[in-house]
Amino acid sequence: MKSAVGKAGPASRPAPGPRSALPRVRSGRAIAAATAVLAVSLFAGVAIGPAGLSLPTVARALLTELLPWHPALGVPAIDAAIIWQIRLPRVVLGALVGAMLAGGGAAYQGVFRNPLADPYLLGVAAGGGLGATIVIIAGGSPDLLPPAAFLGAAGAVAVTYVLGSGARTGRGPSAMGATAAIVLAGVAVAALLTAVQTYLQQQHYQTLQQVYTWILGGLSLATWSDVLLILPYVIVTAVILVAHRRLLDVLRVGETEASTLGVDIARLRLTVVIAATLGTAAAVSVSGLIGFVGIIVPHTVRLTAGPSYRIVLPVSMIGGAAFLVLADIAARTVQAPAEVPIGVITAFAGAPFFLVVLRSRRARQDLA
Amino acid sequence: MIVFDQVTVRYGAAAALAGVSEKAAAGEWLGIIGPNGAGKTTLLRAAAHLVRYEGSIEIGGQAVSGLRRRALAQLVAYVPQLPELPPEMSVADYVLLGRTPHIGYLRMETAADREICAGLLDRMGLTPMAGRLLGTLSGGELQRAVLARALAQQAPVLLLDEPTSALDLGRRVAALELVDELRQERSLTVLSVVHDLTLAGQFADRLLLLDSGRAATAGDPASVLRDEVLAGPFGVGLHVLTTPDGERVVTSRRMGGQLGRGGLR
Repeated sequence: MKSAVGKAGPASRPAPGPRSALPRVRSGRAIAAATAVLAVSLFAGVAIGPAGLSLPTVARALLTELLPWHPALGVPAIDAAIIWQIRLPRVVLGALVGAMLAGGGAAYQGVFRNPLADPYLLGVAAGGGLGATIVIIAGGSPDLLPPAAFLGAAGAVAVTYVLGSGARTGRGPSAMGATAAIVLAGVAVAALLTAVQTYLQQQHYQTLQQVYTWILGGLSLATWSDVLLILPYVIVTAVILVAHRRLLDVLRVGETEASTLGVDIARLRLTVVIAATLGTAAAVSVSGLIGFVGIIVPHTVRLTAGPSYRIVLPVSMIGGAAFLVLADIAARTVQAPAEVPIGVITAFAGAPFFLVVLRSRRARQDLA
Repeated sequence: MIVFDQVTVRYGAAAALAGVSEKAAAGEWLGIIGPNGAGKTTLLRAAAHLVRYEGSIEIGGQAVSGLRRRALAQLVAYVPQLPELPPEMSVADYVLLGRTPHIGYLRMETAADREICAGLLDRMGLTPMAGRLLGTLSGGELQRAVLARALAQQAPVLLLDEPTSALDLGRRVAALELVDELRQERSLTVLSVVHDLTLAGQFADRLLLLDSGRAATAGDPASVLRDEVLAGPFGVGLHVLTTPDGERVVTSRRMGGQLGRGGLR
């Protein structure tokens, strides 16, 4: 027996030979394509706006700050300020929010093996909405909105998780079905919080407009301090989710088989849920409830580039960033100078696009 | 290698297994037979620690219930009755999943892992299909891919739940022959649930006959595959014939309207 265990252990693996001919998941092309789209979106996001700056002016304004030793670019201070203090923080914040919403959705779909899962399903939207509503009706400072929304969002998922995983009978391998219980608990928690939020909102109709505007979501008030506020969460979440890409692929054979392959399902689920929730809660805290990104972006990636999480996780984040930047461009241009709520754009443009992708690749079934 | 001692598994109030004791040595093939609901799958699931059990199951002297998932997966590979086969996963990626117990928590497969899987694909005759998606494979090819994934775990104990139920008789025999060759090559301990009693007798070294969660009898195929032994658990509709070269063939027998004890179970 000893020898058999030894043989199975990693210590006695054969020395790495010449690279085997085993085909591998290739994520490089999809990542490169998504990055190119993101780069174009970012530039477009900075270039397009009511001030009507020319492209060379935009390029020069960007370069002036990036290359401070370059003296000859001579951009008017007002143009530089428009680019650097108004447009760029908004574009960067949109990209970070989009990356978190899409990456969080992809991770939730993987860990719950449910094509409809995203952090909103476990209460992020309802909790964030309630937190923000309380601050608004209490007349709190707008500075309190992000922390209140963040606490509401993360708190709702924590309650969901505790209630859902407590619903099973004990710990360990017999606790299959915990996934479904958590999703159902999320639906219940979200319904409860939404009911409370709606009640508060109706009782304080004088702030209805404000609450409603927050709930629809938007990036119009973006500043660099918002970017700095959520950047740590974005980085941590992105690193943790991408680090779990192989394990989420193992989970594609189901929780039972993944367990027999040595995966600690409870730990995997908890880690991914915490990471995805923190990232999404941070996104919600500065942008309100922008719906739909967490569902359509990951599925579009699956349907076009393949279902491996080695592709889906990084490409969803990059693609989600590009998608939200583009949606925001539309939000502030289609009815300029008025702004259309960005959530309306993500659904209005995203839904038909997604349906086209879904229909054209209907044969693919491996959606979760 | 694997020792079951008074193993009991309860699903709620009902005991799916009640005090089963059995052992299988290294390199031995233990066939688990019995009528539907006898506890065959539950016994395998207990060995893979997918259900909680009372009593003890030890593999190479280590208690299954005391091992972490990863350590257990290095000792036991489990092939369920209906493995989940993501239709859009390539054969190569699927087989590589079997290396999971040997890959650190957030690590990726190494060249050595890929080497091992390339060797297994070659052994299983799947190399030409390495890049194909599981959804495009035939039943026999899928069966070999599932086996290759299990073998990639390099675990000394292989649990097979009805490994060939989806195959025609010829491919069923071929698949079991392959398991047998691999067992001999790697001195694997094989525990397999096989519904076809003739095949069970042809391939297993020993048979464990379960009936209503209890071990009805165990022993070499010649002692278990007998009319009077099978009649209890299976009812009287079975008939064991012995071929001139001593092989036991279990066939059905019409009961002319009288239902045997197991006839309606």
